[in-house]
Amino acid sequence: MSNPNMVGLIRNEVMKIASKKRLAVVGVILVILVSMFTYAQYREIQEKIEKQGTLDWRVELQQEIVDRQNRLASSGIQDEFRQFLEFDLKQKQYYLDNDINPNYPGAPTFIRIFLSQGVTLVLPLFIIIIMADIVSGEYNDGTIKTLLSRPVKRWRILMAKWLTVLLYTSMVMAATVIVCYGISGIVLGYDGWTAPILTGFQASASGEFATEYIHTLPMWKYLLMSAGLAWVVTAVVGTISLMISVLVKNTATGIGAMMAVLIAGTLLSSIGSSWTSSKYLVNLNFDLINYLEGQAPPIEGMSLPFSLTVLGVWTAGCLAVAFWNFTQKDMY
Amino acid sequence: MSVKPTVQLENVTKIIGKKTIINNISFDIYPGEVFGFLGPNGAGKTTTIRMLVGLIKPTSGKIHICCFDVRKQFVQAMQRLGSIVENPELYKYLSGRENLQMFARMLPDVDEERIQEVIDLVDLTARIDDQVRTYSLGMRQRLGIAQALLGRPDVLILDEPTNGLDPMGIKDLRLFIRKLVDETGLSVLVSSHILSEIELLADRVAIMTHGKIVKVGSVSDLVGALSAGVDWRVSDSFRALAILQESPHVQAAELYDDHTVHTLMDESKTSILNEALMKAGIEVWTIERKVQTLEDLFISLTGGDHIV
Ligand SMILES: Nc1ncnc2c1ncn2[C@@H]1O[C@H](COP(=O)(O)OP(=O)(O)OP(=O)(O)O)[C@@H](O)[C@H]1O
Ligand SMILES: [Mg+2]
Repeated sequence: MSNPNMVGLIRNEVMKIASKKRLAVVGVILVILVSMFTYAQYREIQEKIEKQGTLDWRVELQQEIVDRQNRLASSGIQDEFRQFLEFDLKQKQYYLDNDINPNYPGAPTFIRIFLSQGVTLVLPLFIIIIMADIVSGEYNDGTIKTLLSRPVKRWRILMAKWLTVLLYTSMVMAATVIVCYGISGIVLGYDGWTAPILTGFQASASGEFATEYIHTLPMWKYLLMSAGLAWVVTAVVGTISLMISVLVKNTATGIGAMMAVLIAGTLLSSIGSSWTSSKYLVNLNFDLINYLEGQAPPIEGMSLPFSLTVLGVWTAGCLAVAFWNFTQKDMY
Repeated sequence: MSVKPTVQLENVTKIIGKKTIINNISFDIYPGEVFGFLGPNGAGKTTTIRMLVGLIKPTSGKIHICCFDVRKQFVQAMQRLGSIVENPELYKYLSGRENLQMFARMLPDVDEERIQEVIDLVDLTARIDDQVRTYSLGMRQRLGIAQALLGRPDVLILDEPTNGLDPMGIKDLRLFIRKLVDETGLSVLVSSHILSEIELLADRVAIMTHGKIVKVGSVSDLVGALSAGVDWRVSDSFRALAILQESPHVQAAELYDDHTVHTLMDESKTSILNEALMKAGIEVWTIERKVQTLEDLFISLTGGDHIV
């Protein structure tokens, strides 16, 4: 029974992906992106030093607070934006009052920001590029015929492919953290793992700023949580790509469909909250790190457990469709 | 008969949409036998093979490989079967050896030694570590066969294996298959649309057209039962036509041009007819046996007397 076993099947899938150029492409994109962001950070720091003479985060934070106050005072801003600004203002004030630097300079902070910004678009994009042709590529090359006339049940082959998606999700996460740390550290320094960071900001039902759940975490712990949440989102996107790869024979069409899902998600969540039932859409629940940072959610009533449940239900649905289709359909 | 067939098809039908692609076909293949599967383009050969290897479901009917039902006991059935469906589809971006290692992981009890054994068997040792995308078509065919033989199958299915091979390659393949069958006693199913190829290779033949099997029999029976097409080049084809049409040995005769008559006739009576023509004062320039086409075979099998 040990052969053919699941480990062997996963090894096959890993080998197929590893010998394609796509993996290298993702690596190159990652390095270029991180280098660009690092350079941008570097320029920003230089500019601040020029303007202020020193690099004091308290001064900087104070300035930002004043900026928020000014904007709030001006007339003609939308209610939603006003709420966002008020929330942001209070968060910054809280940091200042407690004498905690929200952007402790260093590579760990860079990782934190990269994960927070990348979770809805860049990380999912990576997994899509790597995984989009995991099934459709076999249709295109005709290798599906050879693959499925082996003495292995079809569901086990698809299971191996799904586990490979999860494996590569982990590798994308690890590579992102390592590349961010390695490159940004050159400019920003490598320390800051234990710098305190606040989490647990919450908007009460009425949208007011509540302080009772706020607590500090060391950076490394916070990063671990961020990376975990980003892993979940990336894995969900990978699972949806797997389903689309089973259903759509053309890889380019599949990638297009996945991109549409991602972009529609970012658009919808920025447009706002009037369409409340859109919170059940999978792509509106990708910004999990938002909950850690304590920004107001795009739609009222959304919370971390809510989003995780929505993602879980969608993942189960996609897997069911993919497995059913793959095991039942005629292969030409 | 005490020998159990290795492949059994019973009343297999496949309907796609509203079209009946395969219409109630049945045949058995026995150990140590090369079974030819003959039919023109679109007859349904590949569709039948796809059902045999479990890629598509028959609409009705049963398929057994070594007494295992392909649908209900898929894993056991596939362990006894190696196949190439249409083209040898392998991972072009991997080397030949990596391809074999990958398929070995999907089979029970195939080790590196066995992999090397099949590589030697198909004579690919020199290029086995190159990427498959750099292989010629003939080499891909051989790698495909190596892949099919990896699990020491009892049944080998090759769909149009001579596609794209040169005459040398075709001959090599033929000898290879014969040797394999003699040495291991496996069953081979080979599909083709070229009669001469099947004639040389197969012990028994099933002839398929429009999704139906019109005849199953040994090759010698099928070929022997046929009238041959014979072309006559003569000085006066009009008078020759009259004489040939009268003869009881000629099933059909047709005027082609001033000097040519096409006939469908009993080949062994050629000299008698030749004599008759000469007696009538007609010069006979050439007598030529026409290459038997599959078309002729179908026509004679379906009882048509039309001559091409
Ligand atoms: N997926 C499909 N949907 C509809 N019809 C199909 C499908 N696949 C094959 N057919 C039809 O089934 C018939 C048999 O096709 P098949 O490929 O089995 O023929 P074949 O005997 O292998 O021919 P060839 O010598 O050209 O390979 C053809 O008429 C073809 O159009
Ligand atoms: Mg075919």
